[in-house]
Amino acid sequence: MSLLAVNLLDGLVTGLLLFMLCSGLTLIFSMMGVLNFAHASFYMLGAYFAYQISTYVGFWPGLIIAPVAVGIAGALIERYGLRRVHQYGHVPELIFTFGLALLIEEVVQFFWGKSHMAYYEPEVFKFAAFSIAGNAFPAYKVFMIFVAIAIFLVLLYILTRTRVGLIIQAALSYPATVQNLGHNVPLVFMGVFGVGTAMAGLAGVIAGPVLGTFPGMAVVLGSIVFVTIVIGGLGSLWGALIASLLIGWMQTFAASYNVTMADILMAVGIDKPVDLSDNALRDLWTLTLPQIGPILPYLLMVLVLVIRPRGLLGKRET
Amino acid sequence: MRKLTGLLLGVAIAGLTATASFAADTIKFAFIDPLSGPFAATGQQGLSQYKFAADELVNKKGGVLGKEFEIVAFDNKISPKESLIQLQVAIDQGIRFIVQGNSSGVANALTDAIKKHNKRNPDARVLFLNYSAVDPALTNDKCNFWHFRFDANADIKMDALTDIIAANDDIKKVYLIGQDYSFGKAVAAAAVKMLGEKRPDIEIVGNELHPIGRVKDFTPYARKIMSSGADAMITGNWGADMVGLGKSVIAAGYDNPIYTYYAAADGITKTFGADGKGKVKLVGEGQLNPPPNDRADAYAKAFKAKYPDTDIGQPRIANVMEMLAKAIDQAGSDTDMVAIGKALEGMEHDSLWGTKVFMRPDDHQVIQNVHILAHTDDGVSHDFDNSGYGLVVESTVEMASADAPTTCKMDRPE
Repeated sequence: MSLLAVNLLDGLVTGLLLFMLCSGLTLIFSMMGVLNFAHASFYMLGAYFAYQISTYVGFWPGLIIAPVAVGIAGALIERYGLRRVHQYGHVPELIFTFGLALLIEEVVQFFWGKSHMAYYEPEVFKFAAFSIAGNAFPAYKVFMIFVAIAIFLVLLYILTRTRVGLIIQAALSYPATVQNLGHNVPLVFMGVFGVGTAMAGLAGVIAGPVLGTFPGMAVVLGSIVFVTIVIGGLGSLWGALIASLLIGWMQTFAASYNVTMADILMAVGIDKPVDLSDNALRDLWTLTLPQIGPILPYLLMVLVLVIRPRGLLGKRET
Repeated sequence: MRKLTGLLLGVAIAGLTATASFAADTIKFAFIDPLSGPFAATGQQGLSQYKFAADELVNKKGGVLGKEFEIVAFDNKISPKESLIQLQVAIDQGIRFIVQGNSSGVANALTDAIKKHNKRNPDARVLFLNYSAVDPALTNDKCNFWHFRFDANADIKMDALTDIIAANDDIKKVYLIGQDYSFGKAVAAAAVKMLGEKRPDIEIVGNELHPIGRVKDFTPYARKIMSSGADAMITGNWGADMVGLGKSVIAAGYDNPIYTYYAAADGITKTFGADGKGKVKLVGEGQLNPPPNDRADAYAKAFKAKYPDTDIGQPRIANVMEMLAKAIDQAGSDTDMVAIGKALEGMEHDSLWGTKVFMRPDDHQVIQNVHILAHTDDGVSHDFDNSGYGLVVESTVEMASADAPTTCKMDRPE
């Protein structure tokens, strides 16, 4: 029971972190139609920038400066890279962002090397906030939860209560009409791309100390963010939040409980073969839930696409 | 056009003969390991150590048979297929000594290829000096006369580790966790077998494999380890999986030893820093702290002066160079691989690192002191990652597994 509570909290942290990545991506994707393969790379850049800043002035300035720097880099890339490629259609855009992801990974390795960076949480958070049945819950993770929720509320406010949000929402559905009304849609695009990448950068800044800052950190998260926005529904902030939390909990619980395939198969009344050593289905019988955990989000995506192709809270067909 | 081709050909031939005449002056070692891609840091670290050891331990003393050692680097991108191509290139360049260490998959491919090559080309045989690949099969079922292993294999390390665990009565529950592939499975199987023999009362409270390189966050695994009440955990994880697992269990409040194979250097020591102190332990050969003697101390200092960003993560490389120099000297030839191989097998060598090193003739597995090393900043003269933290010898198993059985049936050439 206590393990359940701990897992709920851990899943919440994972889910909220994923949400910070997905919220930017889902806006970019739905607005510009660009599947930004480099999104997770901006997350990595955020972590490395923050590490570099933290070696000079500590963690806190990095928390502000690094996402801003990543956002500016993102906006410049949109203005001078993506916008030029945009006129040639979606495939060149895809290839552009794909190349960008590779480029960022190589650049990071060029400047910081291939080793792990010693990027830590600040000293004030180096204690266990509370513990449940001997399982310590680090104070830093509480901080992560609050940052993510604050970001969500700020985004929600901007999108639904401000004039800027109104234009963005309109540009999401009817970009041509919004342009005809005299709004500068390319500027809106650039802003959304910048803010989206800054959010990814912020996720990197706060995740770097916990999940490790190393050149492979983008690849590990790369595909799962796409799965999340497809499940949540494109362009929907609430959808991104729900899908992120769902996947966060799913992965946490899958890794936590050693349910084996044999348990499940025997529960539905199939007898376990006595000699497994040369049985054709040996691999199936010895599978455990932690082993198949990483593919569960993909299964869910397939399921969602079959049943509800627009995603959980998506408004339009893709 | 024809003139130009002729000219180019002439230059090429001149270049070839130039290298050929140069080659006669040195004894070349082909270093076949990853120098690009995700494992390049480890490969580069090994290469620096080989270059330094060759210069410091052999060339500065006048070389062997009047010749100097030269390390020639070949990038295998950690792929067995690419390694075989590089092996052929090395052999074609007239190199007779092959050194490789990263990945037992590569070592298995190389040892087969070299066995075949030596059978077909008795005039141009090569020796395989394996300094890091720890798959026990290489000195058991797959052993051959041309392969020599200078690192303790996975079973020897586990034997030493379980000796230490067995002697510690506080340890009642052990958790095994590893990456889901051959090495992770081998570590778990050896741990279960040896703990069962030495301390049947120890309960294995967890034995699991996680997907290799695919786990974003090890927190759920850490929770399981915590709730199992383990007094110790054993893992063969390396790279990002090692860092992720270690950080998560420590953050979850785990306060017992984490016994590892590869949790040091290449940024890992620096990443663990103060959090890992008193928890992260490593089983391996080579004593850097406290320095076993003045010579080792001076050697490590000189290495740091020349390669400030690299560490002596694989001390055995010094043994490889010194023992080869001895063997070539004894054989009186740098081309007669049978004589060199026979000089090498059964060789007893006083290592720079303060241990005897014995190349067991039955299976060409080195027998040496194996240590349990603690990650700490107390009494560290030679740190890793310039972090102030390093590995200090905590306990030692003298000449570990000297009488361990082997299934090797070696064919010796005449």
